Amino acid sequence: MNGYWSHQIFLQTFLFGIAAASLIFLSAYGGMVSLAQTALFGIAGVIIGNLATKGGAGGTSKGLHLGWDPTVALVVAVVMTTVIGLIFGAVAARSAGIYFLMITLTFSVIATYTLGQVTNISGFSGIGGISSYTPGWIGDVLAHPDRLYYVALAVAAAVYVLIRYIVRTPFGLSLQGVRDDPVRMASLGYHVPLHRTLAFGFAAFIASLGGILYVWWSGQISPGNVDLPETINLLIMAVIGGLFRIEGAWLGAFVFIVIQNYVRDFSVPGLGFGGTLFGGSFNTIVGIIFLVIVLASPGGLMGAWDRIVAEIARRRGLMRTADESAAGAGN
Amino acid sequence: MRPSQVVPKIVVALAVLFAILYVAVIAQQSPVTGGGGWRTTTFGSAINDPGSFLRVLLDSITFAGALFIVASGFALIFGLMRVVNMAHGSFYLLGGYIAYEIQQTMTGQGFSIPSSEVNTWDWLVPLLVAVPCIAVVGLVTQQAFLRWNQGQELRQALITIAISVIIADQIIAHFPRSVSTGAQRLGGNAVDLTWPGWTDRLVDLHVWGVYYSLARLVMLAIGLAIGIGLWLWLYRTKTGMVIRAGVDDQKMTAALGINIQRTFAISFVVGSALAGLGSVVWASQGNIASGQDAQWLLNSLVVVIVGGMGSIFGAAAGAILYAFVLDFSGSYLPTAGADCCTQYSPIFTFILIALVLAFRPRGLFGRDG
Repeated sequence: MNGYWSHQIFLQTFLFGIAAASLIFLSAYGGMVSLAQTALFGIAGVIIGNLATKGGAGGTSKGLHLGWDPTVALVVAVVMTTVIGLIFGAVAARSAGIYFLMITLTFSVIATYTLGQVTNISGFSGIGGISSYTPGWIGDVLAHPDRLYYVALAVAAAVYVLIRYIVRTPFGLSLQGVRDDPVRMASLGYHVPLHRTLAFGFAAFIASLGGILYVWWSGQISPGNVDLPETINLLIMAVIGGLFRIEGAWLGAFVFIVIQNYVRDFSVPGLGFGGTLFGGSFNTIVGIIFLVIVLASPGGLMGAWDRIVAEIARRRGLMRTADESAAGAGN
Repeated sequence: MRPSQVVPKIVVALAVLFAILYVAVIAQQSPVTGGGGWRTTTFGSAINDPGSFLRVLLDSITFAGALFIVASGFALIFGLMRVVNMAHGSFYLLGGYIAYEIQQTMTGQGFSIPSSEVNTWDWLVPLLVAVPCIAVVGLVTQQAFLRWNQGQELRQALITIAISVIIADQIIAHFPRSVSTGAQRLGGNAVDLTWPGWTDRLVDLHVWGVYYSLARLVMLAIGLAIGIGLWLWLYRTKTGMVIRAGVDDQKMTAALGINIQRTFAISFVVGSALAGLGSVVWASQGNIASGQDAQWLLNSLVVVIVGGMGSIFGAAAGAILYAFVLDFSGSYLPTAGADCCTQYSPIFTFILIALVLAFRPRGLFGRDG
């Protein structure tokens, strides 16, 4: 496979798709649209950046540079991010719907400011050189990126299978009950905020996997990776793919990454300027695509696909009954 | 009350009490030789250095004034129409840049104008042009995108997010335009709005030897005026009465034969205009730059989450609490050690939100419904 496509497009699709899957899990099965997933994604990257890189605190890039074994750092980063996710979830769990969206958005922006201001762990320029400190089973990312590609593919597949499994467990089913009718679930004795908190923790776990893959791929993490535009980008990926179908996570990530890669140098006359640091009118274009999708098909591309499939099935069903009644009338 | 309900409340009350005592008496100024312990802060306690305390207090109250202006617009739109206007920050940013362009065109100075060159008219006209511009943008947004899908809160939030992305990118592409030669045009870089010259002095407060910026006091006065104006509008006019009724029970209000669509349009216009007004006021104090749309969206969200949506008292209470937490944590956290502790001030915003939501999930003055 062409190296550019696998190492740039598909690798990013896998890891951002994992982060988007954490968002879609919460929206599809928990009824909660969370804008904090990018923050958790970045927090995992910052934690592993601090733990795994060597060199002592300070220096050219900020961070603690504790120099731990990368696999241990990986486990610690995932656990810590999940715990932070549980804390966020506990704060937001008693609010529903649009309030939840607002609260998770504040988490995201606060995380950006914290990472930007607390120079001990990150600071404005963030941490660099993380891709030199990957575990042995990944090896040097810059020399052989293929291994990271296959690991990302495996993790994405595993996340997909895991989510599909979880939603069929008793926890997953009661979570969907909480999504559909929290009052009734509460009257049946289910602890609604606890369900939401645990779901949020699980989503944080998934987002952390994406974040760690990201820092191994890009080598650095800074507050600019978790700020509001990045948060919105993840939401756009999820909405393009479909907020109510897990497959939409990777579909939306793929579409977004492709647009991002091929539109960057494109300039629409009168709307912007091309070929500069700001990527020309990429944001305007993606914003318009996002707007069109929200206006036309709130279920995203997967939603449109589902509607097409249902329409075809409906027509086939009509034709079949018409055939049967014609055959029956002919008897 | 069960112990599991009482204990968290006691713990929180003790923590808040400790924080108040820390600021009031416990903190100490950093020793001349540097270093210090957990009690060392930039200013020292309120007892030791009442002037600095008063200054920080006034800073937070004046900032709360600006916060209130912007956040009350957001709360109005959210309270009545249940629309989370994620484009509120973009409206803020657009208002600031438009006002900057007008002020530059009027004074012709380029980039940062010394306040002696700016008279009151040079400040008022940008305000009077920018605010209606943003009001029109708000009206168009509401009529085109939010009128036909009422009740679909998530969809409306996503629509306003899309609009905020588009507006923010377009601002970067087209502003600032009037800059002095050599300075960077476009790209959303930072520019200054300037207060009128007569505000550029310090006022002697005759208390503890504190001199305070008149410009910030003017900002507070504007915030108070807006608060009183909003209160009069909402509680003494017929339109305001309809809005309050709509906040309480939208469907019933419409069922009573009132033109609820017109009321929605009016409140969205007023809410957007407040974002533009707040922008001119605060940008005069600081500057206007891309990236502030995220910051002021966060500010509006925190004020509404803490204060509760749909009431001006909530917006005022939320603004004051948020401003206090921001400014006092920025000034009174310990400074011992190289980069310590004032850098953790964003976390205190999170703690504020967490505490309020733990005890009142709808905000301090929020109502169910």
